[in-house]
Amino acid sequence: MTDREKKDLQLAAVRVREGILTATHGAKCGHPGGSLSAADVFTYLYFREMRIDPKNPRWSDRDRFVLSKGHTAPGLYSVLANRGFFPTEDLPTLRHLGSYLQGHPNMSTVPGVDMSTGSLGQGLSAAAGMAKGAKVLGKDVNVYALCGDGEIAEGQIWEAAMFAAHYKLDNLCVIVDVNGLQIDGPTAQVMNSAPLDEKFAAFGCDVVWAYGHDFDALEAAFACFHANHGSGKPTAILLKTLKGKGVSYMEGQVGWHGKAPNDEEYARGMAELAAARAALEEV
Amino acid sequence: MADVKKIATRESYGNALKELGAEHEDLVVLDADLANATKTNTFQKAFPDRHFDCGIAEANMMDVAAGLSTMGLVPFASTFAMFAAGRAFEQVRNTIGYPHLNVKIGATHGGITVGEDGASHQCCEDFALMRVIPGMTVLCPADDVEARQMVRAAYEMEGPVYMRFGRAATPVFHDESYRFVIGKGEVVAEGSDVAVVATGVEVPEAMEAAKLLAAEGISVRVVNMATIKPLDEALVIESAKKCGRIVTVEEHEIFGGLGEAVCGVLAEKLPTPVKRLGLHDVFGHSGTAGELLHEFGLDGAGIAAGIREFLGK
Repeated sequence: MTDREKKDLQLAAVRVREGILTATHGAKCGHPGGSLSAADVFTYLYFREMRIDPKNPRWSDRDRFVLSKGHTAPGLYSVLANRGFFPTEDLPTLRHLGSYLQGHPNMSTVPGVDMSTGSLGQGLSAAAGMAKGAKVLGKDVNVYALCGDGEIAEGQIWEAAMFAAHYKLDNLCVIVDVNGLQIDGPTAQVMNSAPLDEKFAAFGCDVVWAYGHDFDALEAAFACFHANHGSGKPTAILLKTLKGKGVSYMEGQVGWHGKAPNDEEYARGMAELAAARAALEEV
Repeated sequence: MADVKKIATRESYGNALKELGAEHEDLVVLDADLANATKTNTFQKAFPDRHFDCGIAEANMMDVAAGLSTMGLVPFASTFAMFAAGRAFEQVRNTIGYPHLNVKIGATHGGITVGEDGASHQCCEDFALMRVIPGMTVLCPADDVEARQMVRAAYEMEGPVYMRFGRAATPVFHDESYRFVIGKGEVVAEGSDVAVVATGVEVPEAMEAAKLLAAEGISVRVVNMATIKPLDEALVIESAKKCGRIVTVEEHEIFGGLGEAVCGVLAEKLPTPVKRLGLHDVFGHSGTAGELLHEFGLDGAGIAAGIREFLGK
């Protein structure tokens, strides 16, 4: 990745974060914390990694993405809007009566959403079905599923992992946003999921750790996924992240899991992101 | 009916899948370690590359089916009714029903005719669970001929379908010229004193009841309601107009199934006395299929007794 490409990704990630704040502020509810922790991987996937066409969201040979942690819809909607699937101006209609931007991802209404999700634990299974379908049809399609580190307490995640390894779905990449916080508190206290790497390895995945806010690290992690094609092994990318990343008062605060910024907080957050954008543009 | 050919509709399911599989390359079958019982092994032997055993993990299987359908394949996800409608209810509701995906659910071992396995495996709640999901089509065939046509009809329609098949061998009363249409009931015996609306294995039992009662001078219309949803409301209303009284019969709790679906239509459109035959707020238990039908008043003699009581005769 060139410096220019990296800076473009960083700038795009700022825009994605702005969209997350704008959407949740407009909704007066929603889930900014886990959207922000995943903002960089959302950006990397949609601006560099995935073969997609915003003009043709249902293109049959596109790569697929399933937001298994569906409550972080503001992050997915923001990256889709910024990538050109629909107007960013629509983001403040999130969760409003009559809006196509439903509280959790709805594939029937939102261009670019490949699977309806929201009930935790189910998205990885659907992604595994897509990956299996691609194999059956002989299509060179990659499937990405983003899970939360709280979500993986759902037993179905491990049913899906077992299925993926059994059917040698090396075109499936499960990404876990390990931000360490869930609604009720630190994941280590609510229901400790560690050691995640050993668990996914035991279930037959090739496991990679990466820092989730560094585009070079993300590029290296996804390179491992591509290197695994032909190996018969699914890839699990575990991303060490910071909940609320990019908005100072939300960072590391469990209270921002499912709460929208008020007008004053929104202005502060947007000012911080504008400053981050200006700093990037100066370099 | 000892001289009548008997086939379990789960056998019909497996045979129909194999036949359809030869015609359609996009048809795939999933099972959860029950391929020998659901009879999808018939398809598996013919098309091993299009049969995916998911192991004993029904929740995952339903969502895998959802994912497969978005790739343009037509998955038939198969397990016992208890696990398809019960264990995996929320997967079916949220990841198949809500996005209205083209997934077909083949649920075998419905009702008390599961027999010896007992209450844990006798699903008598599946019509209720599946009916309440918006956009879900719910089907239950009365015999082998209808079951095979039903699988084809499910393949040919777009959208989610739940099909309940039986474990026990039951009489084949349709001939091959019969044509099943989703959403259409069928009058299998004409009569004017009372109309019995039955589904699945209860249709031949209701026909038996009609014969018993005919000898007593009671004229019974028997309706085969193989589509639980969308219900053939016109046929229900027409039967109510003609006979004035309706009896529903199903291997299901009286809550939420065919009986309440019929009551719902009649209460709103043509209030008519109805008696619901089924399980009355009880679980089943072990026994042979025949013993259980008899015990719960769901065999020909039991249905006839229920009708006599309803008519005050």
